[in-house]
Amino acid sequence: MRASSRADARRTWWWATPRSGGIAALALVVAVLPLGFANGYFYDVAIQAGLNSIICVGLNLLIGYAGQISLGHAGFFALGAYGSALLAARYGWPPSLALVTAVAGVALVAYCVGRPILRLKGHYLAMATLGFGVIVSIVLANDDRLTGGPDGMQVPPFALAGYVARSDHAWYAIVGACLLAAVWLAQNLVESPTGRALRALHTSEVAAAIAGIDCPRHKVNVFVVSAVFAAAAGGLTAYYAGFITPSSASFVRSVELVTMVVFGGMASTFGAVVGATVLTVLPQALTVLKEYELAVFGALLMATMVFLPRGVVPTLSGLLQRGTR
Amino acid sequence: MSTLAVSGLTKTFGGVHAIEDLSFEIRAATVHSIIGPNGAGKTTLLNLLTGVYLPNAGSIRLDGRELTGAPVHAFAAAGIGRTFQNLQVFFNMSALDNVMTGRHLRERCGLLPALLHTPGLARAERESRERALGLLRFLGLEAYADACADAMPYGALKRLEIARALAGEPRMLLLDEPAAGLNPTEAAEIAGLIRRLAESGTTVVLVEHNMRLVMGVSDHILVLDYGRRLSEGTAAQVRDDPRVIEAYLGAVDTRVAGHA
Repeated sequence: MRASSRADARRTWWWATPRSGGIAALALVVAVLPLGFANGYFYDVAIQAGLNSIICVGLNLLIGYAGQISLGHAGFFALGAYGSALLAARYGWPPSLALVTAVAGVALVAYCVGRPILRLKGHYLAMATLGFGVIVSIVLANDDRLTGGPDGMQVPPFALAGYVARSDHAWYAIVGACLLAAVWLAQNLVESPTGRALRALHTSEVAAAIAGIDCPRHKVNVFVVSAVFAAAAGGLTAYYAGFITPSSASFVRSVELVTMVVFGGMASTFGAVVGATVLTVLPQALTVLKEYELAVFGALLMATMVFLPRGVVPTLSGLLQRGTR
Repeated sequence: MSTLAVSGLTKTFGGVHAIEDLSFEIRAATVHSIIGPNGAGKTTLLNLLTGVYLPNAGSIRLDGRELTGAPVHAFAAAGIGRTFQNLQVFFNMSALDNVMTGRHLRERCGLLPALLHTPGLARAERESRERALGLLRFLGLEAYADACADAMPYGALKRLEIARALAGEPRMLLLDEPAAGLNPTEAAEIAGLIRRLAESGTTVVLVEHNMRLVMGVSDHILVLDYGRRLSEGTAAQVRDDPRVIEAYLGAVDTRVAGHA
């Protein structure tokens, strides 16, 4: 009786659910934030944070919910970026069509990488994606006829139906809208039967399979979804920056993305956004410390993992819930 | 009438025969118990019947359909559900989510509808939630609906596993020691539940050490020892079988037995 009334209450307050309430709050933040921006540099950092957030929201579905580690997501990011850039610059495709085609291509690549690996139990995916990321970065650096090699390549500006996106304001709006869409899609997935299946196979693959969950299929699906998020962010980054280099596919970059997810909080979409934002903004803010920058950055990371072991957002929201009860 | 037919089933672990050339049949809507001393191969048999282990030889058929070698989720899709001796609850979810996960086979799990949260999916989710709440009520767990599973007591977790297994609406439910660690009152509740399931048409396969429970609810009992069939029959037939008494208590020496 008491339980059912509590369940009713939970359904009534739509603003308290992560899907609708959380997205409304995020939309508010995205809309209000530019009021505090003094110059173009602020916009640039915010756009970088937004693009990283899109990748991390997808990567968190894979790592936080399904419990599968990828050490090669920078590879998918770079393939999305170079795919969009090459189709638009060398073959003169419309930028939007180039972006969609590149993302679809990456989805296919992710399926081909994930399909044989994810039939196995254990952390083989980490090894396979590590190799995949390294291969991508080597190919991009060496195939200099096509990609310009280590020097990178120019990317034409993004244009859709005659409108050319050049200003910081336009890019802020585009990335903000894409981030909200990414969070909406991810949160939908989390709160669906598929999301439950992912959390289930994370805890116990045997029990999940006994419940009829096809574990390999769901793992491949979420791997492809996370690669698509990374590739879309890659394509946007290429058009925004106007210039890309193979270092975007580096192993260090892949590890950085995983760190963002773990820092913000596993199995929390908004944690992924917070993690990506903090770890994008923090190095910029710490530049005033000059040679101590990296030491302070490392100390902050360590302190977070010691005092907020489940990541920033889940630990803090857990404390908050206990406080209100 | 659904029946499970097992023939010539063999499973070895590095030369040890855990199950050896075992054949039996389970008729629909009955309570079929599997008993035997520790190490007799009962849990191994359940793992074979749910596809968790691949047998070295033999076949498992449900309604004449060959299941041997199929992946675990295909056994589940064929209508076989189970609980585990050592709990396999999804501890990172609420009790309600655990049961809703058990309904996976009855839900549509396309990737695109999930990403877009289509109205059809939202409707199915509401229905799924209602049914899961109904099952929690059926097992006396409604107070825990929103509780995270890792905050629930042991007895409640045992029942939560049963609720999750029932959520998939299995035709055959395999219970691995459902009464282990429960007090006599709770064990009696489990017995009542098993009878109700059988009456509603679900076949129950019960592995259990609590003999009062087994003798009270079983239509048919299979006794295993060292992976082989030692005896089979109704409760009365099995209870009076000297081979069963010997396996459980050792060779009966009448003089010593008389003094005891």
